Amino acid sequence: MAVALRIALGLITVGCIVLFISHPIWFPAGVSAQSAPLDHNFRVAFWVLGALFVVGQLVLIWVLVKPGTDREPKKNWYGNGRLEIAWTLAIAAIFLWFHLSGNRLWSNISSHHSVADAVQVEVTGVQFQWYFRYPGPDRRFGRVDAQRFARADEGNPLGIDPADGAGKDDIVSSALVLPAGRNVELVLRAQDVVHSLFIPAMRFKQDTVPGMEIHSHLLPTQVGNYEIACAELCGLGHYRMRAVVRVVSEEEFEKWLRAEASQ
Amino acid sequence: MKAGLITEARRHGEERDFLRTYVFTSDHKMIGRQYFFLSLAAVLVGAWLSLLMRIHIVWPKTAIPFFGEIKPENYLAYLTMHGTLMVFFVLSMVPQNGFGTFFLPLQLGASEMSFPRLNMIGFWTALLSFFVLMAAFFVPGGPSGAGWTQYPPLSAIALAGPGQALGTDLWLVSIGLFCLASIMSAVNFVATTVTRRAPGMAMMRMPLTCWTWFVTAILILLAFGVLVAAVIMLLLDRHAGTSFFVPGGLLVSGKPVEHSGGSPLLWQHLFWFFGHPEVYIAILPAMGVTSHLLATFARKPVFGYKAMVGATIAIGALGFMVWGHHMFASGMDPHAGFAFSSLTTAIAVPSAVKTFNWVGTLYGGRIRYTTPLLFSVGFVSLFITGGLTGPLLAQPALDVYLHDTYFVVAHFHLIMAMAGLFAIFAATYFWFPKMFGRRMNERLGRLHFCLTLFGAYATFMPMHLLGIAGHPRRYSELTGVQYVTAMLPLQRFITLAAIVTLAAQLIFLFNLFWSLRKGAAAEANPWQCTSLEWTLPSPAPPDGFAARQPAVNHGPYEYLPGTESIEDFVMQDAPAS
Repeated sequence: MAVALRIALGLITVGCIVLFISHPIWFPAGVSAQSAPLDHNFRVAFWVLGALFVVGQLVLIWVLVKPGTDREPKKNWYGNGRLEIAWTLAIAAIFLWFHLSGNRLWSNISSHHSVADAVQVEVTGVQFQWYFRYPGPDRRFGRVDAQRFARADEGNPLGIDPADGAGKDDIVSSALVLPAGRNVELVLRAQDVVHSLFIPAMRFKQDTVPGMEIHSHLLPTQVGNYEIACAELCGLGHYRMRAVVRVVSEEEFEKWLRAEASQ
Repeated sequence: MKAGLITEARRHGEERDFLRTYVFTSDHKMIGRQYFFLSLAAVLVGAWLSLLMRIHIVWPKTAIPFFGEIKPENYLAYLTMHGTLMVFFVLSMVPQNGFGTFFLPLQLGASEMSFPRLNMIGFWTALLSFFVLMAAFFVPGGPSGAGWTQYPPLSAIALAGPGQALGTDLWLVSIGLFCLASIMSAVNFVATTVTRRAPGMAMMRMPLTCWTWFVTAILILLAFGVLVAAVIMLLLDRHAGTSFFVPGGLLVSGKPVEHSGGSPLLWQHLFWFFGHPEVYIAILPAMGVTSHLLATFARKPVFGYKAMVGATIAIGALGFMVWGHHMFASGMDPHAGFAFSSLTTAIAVPSAVKTFNWVGTLYGGRIRYTTPLLFSVGFVSLFITGGLTGPLLAQPALDVYLHDTYFVVAHFHLIMAMAGLFAIFAATYFWFPKMFGRRMNERLGRLHFCLTLFGAYATFMPMHLLGIAGHPRRYSELTGVQYVTAMLPLQRFITLAAIVTLAAQLIFLFNLFWSLRKGAAAEANPWQCTSLEWTLPSPAPPDGFAARQPAVNHGPYEYLPGTESIEDFVMQDAPAS
């Protein structure tokens, strides 16, 4: 049984290595400014923790291989203070370094930094649909009161107050259209329950919480279409609460805005 | 006539004896067995639900024999019930209330707990809580579909989905009752540990199982008190017009909601202030069992006993300061992320100390490869694997990407569910003789171990990849989002692995029930273990140590080097040499 156990643990270790090295699926290619630093931190974490995984399993197999002897040295019978302190400090040092690099990334990623002249888009999660609102030529969002004015079938799903002049030119879209290479400020809201705007290709995720207005930032870098999924359980249609981000060139974006505004 | 009366009276007396012995009993050993079988019922339902979910994800249109097709709304109900049953009624209940209630007094050298009747009331409250939870399957709309985390407003508003009406009320009442039951039991654990230790049983002579039961009981007192408040507040929001968790201006399913001023994040803070310590409530006793068993079967003392005690306390204390790491993407101030991230990474240190000391305990031991030892080694392997993704998820930026994806599902199933389950299996094979007076079949045990170990890894390792590729969790179907649809092949593989793993558990069930009736009779100390429960005959008699008060003269893990004889250990109550 001893041998079988070692073989089983060995096979599992090898299997895990093969699975992760060959990885049939992996991150989608990153298309936002925060993708590269985030992927870098993940890679470092992957190799450091992967190495600790392999070492851990191998040591476990090794202590099972090592036979007990009758002339067991008594000094390590109940423990070994020095060894324990050394090990604790070593692992604490690795994790401290690891943690500091994580904190650096957290303070650097663009989602926390507001930039002047960012494109403003309001994101609203509604069971089971995303709405994206642009302020229009006046650069101001109209007041919203979902309880009084929201009528999805009459073209006003968000409930923009018809009495508010700022809302007259607001554009509401079911796709998130963004210009490549420009900073975007997302204003995230929810009409009913908690949702989460997840754009894997942009390494972006932010919950949308009823009663809160969360500001988050994004810098798309590549033209193309990318999927949005909902990442917070929001009810029956959670699995199909999908939308698309369409990243276009800056000229095309302005053209799209003008076309939408004239409608 | 007279004779008839006597028989009648005797029969009546026997019935009362039966009820007093097996049902309304304040004997901690019988209550421990009751918890064990309650958890067994819960794990059967929970595992069955996971099977249904796995099948539904990859073959949504397939009807299951004798069961029928799984409807889309059922998936979320199964998910909620699976999580609730497994976290509360299995992972928290067996290691602490099951084995702890049975063995804490015996290992301390006491014949009863401090408050035997409170112990009994605690079990009956837990049983009632289980029935209330199960009742949700039979009400209109079915069980809640808001997950075991029950985030409002989804959980606060009946309009938000099927199961959000009566099903959610039942969930909240059930969990409230469960909190009360756990608190009653934990009070008993703390009082018993503090006041009922045998003469000579200093705190630092307690087996590590007792230490983890003791620290876990304190965690329960602090954490479940918060959850019980939170579920009452949510019930008030639902039925008494309060607005703790529901803000104003909501429009749900086209209907205005009449609430104002509440905060959904308040629930998340309260829930995770309970929810994270809960993880340690589940895993600390599992760690205690692993330490105890590795020493017993390596025939060596636990390596670094003092460090193990320190690490147990450190994990328990730090566990209360890390709840925010569940909320990096919630809209909480990003500055808070730094604090929660630091404290979370700090927990990795005492956890690593424990791992090191388990390996140190095995090092150079004369290892006896019994089934309990196999499962304990499996625990260490799974703890390493599942634990190492912890520091990764503690980095807020990485966590935000991986949060609510299958990566997290893989992480907590390995570190909490699988590791926890392996410790539960180890404890079952180990203590079965003392609980039921018979031995479980070793050969079946080994087979069960092998299949379960491979099955656990095959099921949960690939889930990391799903999460890395951005597969959100709690998706009832894969058809809604295109990049998710593309992951169907890997999902199918996981389902097959899960089916094999679950099928392997039939071996355990057969072994358990067969051994209950037909297993070989167990001697008093079949494993040559040092702790006090093994000084009693098997099964442990109802009156425990009876008139004999054990006196403790030795530490918990006095295994001697250099002896090949069977007497290579010193019982804790052996006369001082």
